[in-house]
Amino acid sequence: MRIIGVILLLMLSVQIEVYAQYWTTRTGKVSFFSSAPFEDIKANSQQATAIINQNNGELKWVVPIKSFQFKKALMQEHFNENYLESERYPQGIFVGKIEDISAVDFTKEGVYPVVVKGKLTLHGVTREIETSGKLIMKDGMLLAYSKFNLALADYNIKIPRVVIKNIAKEVEVTVNTLLLKN
Amino acid sequence: MFMKIFLTCAVWGLMYSPFVSIAQTNPAVENNSVDKWPEEEETYEAMKEQTNATFKTTRVINAHSIENTGHGVLDFKISHRFNRLDRGFKDFFGLDGAVTRIGFDYGLTPWLQIGVGRSSHQKEYDGYVKAKILPQMKKGWPVAVSYVGGTSVQSMPPNNPAGTQYFFSNRMYFFNQLLLAHKLNEWVSVQLMPSHIHFNLVPTTAEANDVFACGIGGRIKVSKRVSVNGEYFYQFPGSRLNGTKNSLSVGVDIETGGHVFQMHFTNSTGMSERTFIAQTTDSWSDGGIRFGFNISRVFTVVSPKGF
Repeated sequence: MRIIGVILLLMLSVQIEVYAQYWTTRTGKVSFFSSAPFEDIKANSQQATAIINQNNGELKWVVPIKSFQFKKALMQEHFNENYLESERYPQGIFVGKIEDISAVDFTKEGVYPVVVKGKLTLHGVTREIETSGKLIMKDGMLLAYSKFNLALADYNIKIPRVVIKNIAKEVEVTVNTLLLKN
Repeated sequence: MFMKIFLTCAVWGLMYSPFVSIAQTNPAVENNSVDKWPEEEETYEAMKEQTNATFKTTRVINAHSIENTGHGVLDFKISHRFNRLDRGFKDFFGLDGAVTRIGFDYGLTPWLQIGVGRSSHQKEYDGYVKAKILPQMKKGWPVAVSYVGGTSVQSMPPNNPAGTQYFFSNRMYFFNQLLLAHKLNEWVSVQLMPSHIHFNLVPTTAEANDVFACGIGGRIKVSKRVSVNGEYFYQFPGSRLNGTKNSLSVGVDIETGGHVFQMHFTNSTGMSERTFIAQTTDSWSDGGIRFGFNISRVFTVVSPKGF
């Protein structure tokens, strides 16, 4: 009798799982930079929505293309109208997974280097990308940081000959998003 | 025995309940997946979309378009109108008789634009104010509304018989316009421009000092950077000056990095509202077509925050 009771208790105690925990934000920062002979182009967005699943490392970033702010208003208009065609493709979406999530201790402050693999959808094209990044735990908040390059041609973004010296073929994207525990 | 099981279950249930409530506020819905985050309606609502880029620049051809110069942006505009094409080869199809307007448009705030300019046609100085009143919403209010109002002064020497008085106010003109624009889709936009022009001095007593007209204009994009524009102003009978014709212009806009080039054919010589709307004397039907072009170049004078 007692043994059944103990076994039951053990089974029940094992069943107390930790439910999935998420880190989210709706004001994530994403920016990009292009360096070309005639002109440098820089734009920032502070309206990315991001989510990281602490348990299995799955993550998703959604950035509205229209949320990228440029120094020159006309550049912003051309970016949306002619290059990224944000009327047709309003969002840049990354769905992926942190490869080694178990190495990240979400309870302890520190910098954890991670490898992220997933699919990036931009301008109607979806491609597999892999990049390294850092998860920085501090003051109970999570900062997700990563820098990687994108080739514009890979996403069907055409550069007209007239401005070939103004826009680089590869653009450096920086993700610098602060997430809070949900 | 049952009591023990019951108690264990009760304790377990109590320990379990906080985790149950967290599970229900999870943003992701099925199978601990992030796929459903964020809900599509949430991102759309968050952007409350206004239509933008109805026209490529702040003029349709002669008339103001619904577009404003960006906040902190200076737009330098040079416009030329040549003489009639039927002047033939010796005048190089009108090129020899060019009139020019140089103007500066500035975006004072995101909704208020001001501008000044000077035309060689009648040596006219003009200034105006353009204010956005309502935007066109992607889902909702369909018409973008703006107001343009301006004054101009012509500075030609007075050509009056000796002894008559010529007041400075004789040189002045005022105009008011409402711009009502609708972007149908990525390729087509239309605009209606009810206009009023006041002349302090008109040639004869029989003519009204106030001209009322309504313009209609639009653009059809033929590629990402090129569009075909057209514009027509109808002056209402009874409120037009003698011998004037309605202004009709058709042209092409080409947009490059920082410039917009507008090339067109028109029957109007003037580039200010009072000259092209109310004082056009040639018509398309009697060969009064002339070639003209506008060049627009933008400079960012005040950078937005964060740059």
